[in-house]
Amino acid sequence: MDFNDTAEEAAFRAEAKAWLQANAPKLNLSGLPEKEVLKHAKAWQAKKAEARYACITWPEKLGGRGGTPIQQVIFGQEEAKVGAPRGFFDIGLGMCIPTVMAFANDETKGRFVGPAVRGDEIWCQLFSEPSAGSDVAGLRTKAVRDGDDWVINGQKVWTSGAHYCDFGIVLVRTDPDVPKHKGLTMFWIDMKDPGVTVKPIHQMSGGSNFNEVYFENVRVKDSQRLGPVGDGWKVALVTLMNERLAVGGATGPNYPELLSLARSTPSGDGSALEDQAFREKLADWYVQAEGLKLTRFRSITALSRGQTPGPEASIGKIVSANQLQAMSSEAMEVLDQYGILSDPDLAPLEAGFQQSVMWSAGLRIAGGTDEILKNIIAERVLGLPGEIRVDKDVAFKDMPTGL
Amino acid sequence: MNFDYSDDQKFLKSEARKFLDARATAKVNRAVLDDPSKSYDPELWTAVAEMGWLGAAIPEEFGGLGLGHIDLCAIAEELGRVVAPIPFASTVYFFAEAVLLAGTEAQKADLLPRIASGELIGCFATSEGPGAATAASLSTTVIDGSINGVKIPVTDGDIAHKAIVLASEGGKPGLFIVDLAEVGKETLKTLDPSRSAAKLTFSGQAAERLGAVGDGIALMEAVFDRAAVLVAFEQVGGADKCLEMAKEYALGRYAFGRTIAGYQAIKHKLADIYVKNELARSNAYYGAWALNTSAPELPIAASAARIAGCEAFWFAAKENVQTHGGMGFTWAVDAHLYYRRAKQLGLVAGAARSWKERLVSQLERRNAA
Repeated sequence: MDFNDTAEEAAFRAEAKAWLQANAPKLNLSGLPEKEVLKHAKAWQAKKAEARYACITWPEKLGGRGGTPIQQVIFGQEEAKVGAPRGFFDIGLGMCIPTVMAFANDETKGRFVGPAVRGDEIWCQLFSEPSAGSDVAGLRTKAVRDGDDWVINGQKVWTSGAHYCDFGIVLVRTDPDVPKHKGLTMFWIDMKDPGVTVKPIHQMSGGSNFNEVYFENVRVKDSQRLGPVGDGWKVALVTLMNERLAVGGATGPNYPELLSLARSTPSGDGSALEDQAFREKLADWYVQAEGLKLTRFRSITALSRGQTPGPEASIGKIVSANQLQAMSSEAMEVLDQYGILSDPDLAPLEAGFQQSVMWSAGLRIAGGTDEILKNIIAERVLGLPGEIRVDKDVAFKDMPTGL
Repeated sequence: MNFDYSDDQKFLKSEARKFLDARATAKVNRAVLDDPSKSYDPELWTAVAEMGWLGAAIPEEFGGLGLGHIDLCAIAEELGRVVAPIPFASTVYFFAEAVLLAGTEAQKADLLPRIASGELIGCFATSEGPGAATAASLSTTVIDGSINGVKIPVTDGDIAHKAIVLASEGGKPGLFIVDLAEVGKETLKTLDPSRSAAKLTFSGQAAERLGAVGDGIALMEAVFDRAAVLVAFEQVGGADKCLEMAKEYALGRYAFGRTIAGYQAIKHKLADIYVKNELARSNAYYGAWALNTSAPELPIAASAARIAGCEAFWFAAKENVQTHGGMGFTWAVDAHLYYRRAKQLGLVAGAARSWKERLVSQLERRNAA
């Protein structure tokens, strides 16, 4: 048991490090508008693609390196250290393009894969709807056949990056007369097509990281269909297989920041760090945070040994999102009345805890709610029975609808 | 990255499971639990000694297998899984580890081979009453090589041949090896009768120093660090078994026309157990790495392994009883064997609340540095 690279891994790490050293842009991105960051991100993606570091595990003929998952992990670790812009291409390359590769014809694949790898074109995933969140298959956006075209009407929601994306994959209802899973079909669409409108969502945290996307008589060709008519759910499962990996753990202040905050905050005759109740909680959070880090090490170990990581990776988001919310709340408790201040000029850590107390509420929902994730652990890891489906044999149009 | 058991260690673990599934059934635990005259199962003890497990981490020159501590952790996980009614923790995790840590070559040569062969049962005597032992509260004393005082409770004190005792000499705390043949022993009633405990009354018996004068508290903490990691593996093993028992029972139990394993109240409860068990396993692995490499991180790693292990086993044990409903509260169902052991293991290596304080004071120092 150790934390060392194998000889091959060490060689790859050294190579990646040297390349990053020579090529990574020395940028300070903080405070830049998103448009500017995106420009830098695209340039960086192109550079990585040229050196075959963009999609390391993909075959060489698709612009990858034909590398291993552990090489992908190692490159990611080293890339994180150089502060290069990231995040814009994860959904496209992690979820959308693999779906296109699995279901599109050669012409479509030839058209889209290269530009996506190089970062010239960005993709989004259009599944969730106002009335279809955890139950995505209950979506209502419909596509109606019209000659060689399909006409799409409806609304998607929580679409990351829709405002800067060029293309997307969209799951729609093509047959309301059959049970919900059977009446769905997947298409790729051009986000600049007439009738597609993108509106930012104003989140409870104040920011806007996601969008609503409206479809008003949007025409797509039948050749844009991914998979057979009515087979959209199976296609979507291929896309979603990767989502738990794409939506990683919570990021934000952690126990060292909380410890420092308590140390520098007066309480009674000393500091808040001397409070026994606080110390007990801090110990628990340390154990959780380290436990998660070490659990990731176990998954990486499996990759390093050429195995598939075990189900332990499924605990990451549920633990980290809840911990972030609890720790942020406690940080504000430590500050007492001063804790209400969210002005970055006044609140410690530029109001990092105040921001994450708001943001963590969303993290507990994004990419699978706590409740859905517990169902997934119970059903897929522990093998317990699935939920009772009262809608399984009911035509979609006859299903009761609430909000 | 190589943060898991090796193939050899996995093989050792699976062989241990086969052996224990056959030899250390719940019936074996209950034979000790139900009989006040029995403190452990001598046959299982002999069998475990024959497997070489008592000396797994003892170097070959002292009669052990010299495999290392990660192998011992793999064995501990399996022993925890079957709530084995033997003095393994007292003898191997505490007594042998203390000798390995602080013993002279002569002490090692005298004691370790006898531990490895199963001939010598050892125990670790620190507690003198409610609350954790401290230098200030210590009333057991050693004068001119003779020990006087009372230790209560001492796990396996009634069956052990020798004890390592925390006592003060000339006002300074130290650890001492004491032969128990002539020491007063009273078996005590405890929460988990499948593991025994005693009150030891020392009245002038010979006490041989282990380690330097005045180092008693630091040495005791170092022994606790090592034992905490090993106990954490027993806790992980026990917690895993609780999850399996709860799952199996829930799948077979029907209420309101369907299996209770299909209700979210049960599914989410078992998912919560799974999450805690995995966090405990990962922290235990880190402790194993630190123990095996004598890393400076050991005190922090051991604290985290201990805290996560206590939390996971207790949570799994109590929710296993809960999942079994009324059946879980009966003597006949095995859930209480784990409920008892979770509390026993949660206390014998020091309560989690003390470990949390120990962890945070170390984090504080690291943060200030």
